[in-house]
Amino acid sequence: MSETRDIICVTCPMGCTMHVVVADGQVQEVTGQSCKRGIAFAREEVLSPHRMLTTTVTVRNGTLPLAPVRSRSPLPKALLLPAAAELRKIVLCAPVQQGQLVTANILGSGIDIIASRDIASSDAPQSAA
Amino acid sequence: MRLLEADVLVIGSGPAGLAAAYQARVSGAKRVTIIERNREPGGILPQCIHNGFGLRIFGRDLTGPEYAQRWLYQAQEAGVEIMTRTMVQSITPDLRITASGNGTLVDIKAKALILATGCRERPRGALGIPGARPAGIYTAGTAQRLVNIEGYMPGRRFVILGSGDIGMIMARRLTLEGAQVMAMAEILPYVSGLRRNLVQCVRDFDIPLYTSTTITEIRGRERVESVVMSAVDEHWQPIKGTQRELACDTLLLSAGLLPEIELARLAGVKLDPVTGGAMIDERQATNVPDIYAAGNMVHVYDLVDSVSESALRAGCKAAEACSGHEQPCEPLLPLVAGENVHHVVPQYVHIGAPRELIIELRVKLPLEEPAVVQLTAGDKLITSERLRYARPSEMIALRLRPEQYQQIGQAPCLRAAVVRASQIKTRG
Ligand code: SF4
Repeated sequence: MSETRDIICVTCPMGCTMHVVVADGQVQEVTGQSCKRGIAFAREEVLSPHRMLTTTVTVRNGTLPLAPVRSRSPLPKALLLPAAAELRKIVLCAPVQQGQLVTANILGSGIDIIASRDIASSDAPQSAA
Repeated sequence: MRLLEADVLVIGSGPAGLAAAYQARVSGAKRVTIIERNREPGGILPQCIHNGFGLRIFGRDLTGPEYAQRWLYQAQEAGVEIMTRTMVQSITPDLRITASGNGTLVDIKAKALILATGCRERPRGALGIPGARPAGIYTAGTAQRLVNIEGYMPGRRFVILGSGDIGMIMARRLTLEGAQVMAMAEILPYVSGLRRNLVQCVRDFDIPLYTSTTITEIRGRERVESVVMSAVDEHWQPIKGTQRELACDTLLLSAGLLPEIELARLAGVKLDPVTGGAMIDERQATNVPDIYAAGNMVHVYDLVDSVSESALRAGCKAAEACSGHEQPCEPLLPLVAGENVHHVVPQYVHIGAPRELIIELRVKLPLEEPAVVQLTAGDKLITSERLRYARPSEMIALRLRPEQYQQIGQAPCLRAAVVRASQIKTRG
C-alpha cells in the first residue's frame, strides 16, 4: 500500500510544497523540494515530525523581566506544549548570556534549551544611561 | 547643543540600520553613527523571539534576538557608534539633522544619510467593525511586545483577524503560553503570510483558520466578550446567514505593515503611492542627493535577510558617495509594475552601469502553478525567470545583468510582469 502526501517544508522561508510517496511507513519518493534539506525534512515529517521551540523564561533582577530561549535543535512536535509549560516554571537570575544553558535535556528529549539573548543585571551600572 | 559630524549617519538600528552602518564602515566611511530612539538597538528584532532569521546571510537558523546581536557585534567591531534613546527632530535637504536625546539636543552634519526607519503596523482592521470599543483589542505586534518583552498576557481566549505572519506567529506564541486561540479570520481567499508559518504556527496547533471570512461585530461592554464572524463574497461583503458568534476576551489585529516614512517626508524624499515607502534607484538612493533608504521603509519585505541585504547595498553606496566616488551619469529609466505585479523596487534604474541589478517585486494575485517573471522594454523581452509559483506573501527577486542592458535600447521604461508559464508560447 502506498499513499501520497503533500508536505510543506519549514526548514527555510521558501516553504516548498513537496509531494511525498509513502509505502509501509517508509518514504519512497520526494519531489518538489528546491534543495536536499527538503528531502531530509520530508522523511522526518513522515516518521517523526520535529520543530524548533522558542519561548521565554522569567528573569529575576534583570533589566527586562523575560529572557527569550530556544531549543538547540528541533524537538519532537508532541513535546512542544509540555516543554513550553515546563519552561514557564523556570526562573533565571540576571545577568543572562546568549547561549547560556537554561535547561539540559528537556523532558528527557536529549535536547537542551539555551538563552537567545543577553539580559544585564538591573544592579549593574548601565552603559547607555 | 552638542555638535557632531558624521560621514554616514544611519537612522534606525534594526536589521537594516545595523547592516547599513556596518557596511558603510567596511566600505571606507570613517565616522558612521546610528541614531536609535529606543533604549536598546535591534528595532523590532528583540520581540521576534522565533527562529527563521539569518539563513541566507549567516547560514544559520537564528532567532530575532540572536540575529540582532550578531549584527550589533559586527557593527560595533567595525567601529560604528550607536546613540540610543535619541530621536530625530528635523532633517534639512543639506543633511543637517537635529536630534534630541538624554535631555540634550544634538546638531549633526552628515555627508550621507541612510534612512532605515522600518515599518509600523497598519492601523486599520478594527476601524470598520461595528460594535462598542471595549478593552481587549490589540494589534498583533503590540501583543507580541507585551508577551515576549514585558511578560504580560493580554488575555486568555483570543481571536485573530488577518493572517499575516505576525498574526500566525502570535497564534503559536499564545498557544505555547497556555492561552486559547479560538480562530483566525482572513478576508482574502488565501492566507497572507508565509506557507511555513501556516504549517508550524497554525496547523501544528490545530488552530482553525477561515479564509474569505471577516469579523462583522465586536460584542462586550467593558471588555471583549465575543466577536461575530461572517463569510464574505468576492467583493468582501458579508454573506447573510453565515454569521456565528465566537466567545473570546481578546481580539488581535494582523492587518499588515506599512513603511515608516515620517522622517523621509521631512527630508523631502519622494514616496511611492503603492508601497507607501521611499522611491529609490538601484543604489538605494532617493531623489534627495546623498540620502539613501533601506529595508522596510522602502517596501515591506517578507524576510529579514533581504532587509539587511538591501541595507548592505545602501551602506556601500553611501560610503562611496561621501568619499567623492563618481556618481552614475547613465540615463535614469523608470521601472514600472506590469501584469499581476503589485509593486516593483527599485522604481528607477541607471541603465548602462557595469553592475548587476536586483529587482524586487510582489504579485497582486497568487498563482499556484508554474509562473514566469518577465522584464520587458517596449515589446522586447529583456530577461525572465521561471517560478514554481507566485504568491503575494513572498517577494520575488529578478537579476538584471549588465550584458542585458544593451537590449533595452531607447525604451521609455522597463516593465515587470508575472504571468502563468502556460500562457507563454514556446518560441522557435
Ligand atoms: S526544500 Fe530547501 S529551499 Fe525548499 S523550503 Fe525546504 S530547505 Fe527551503
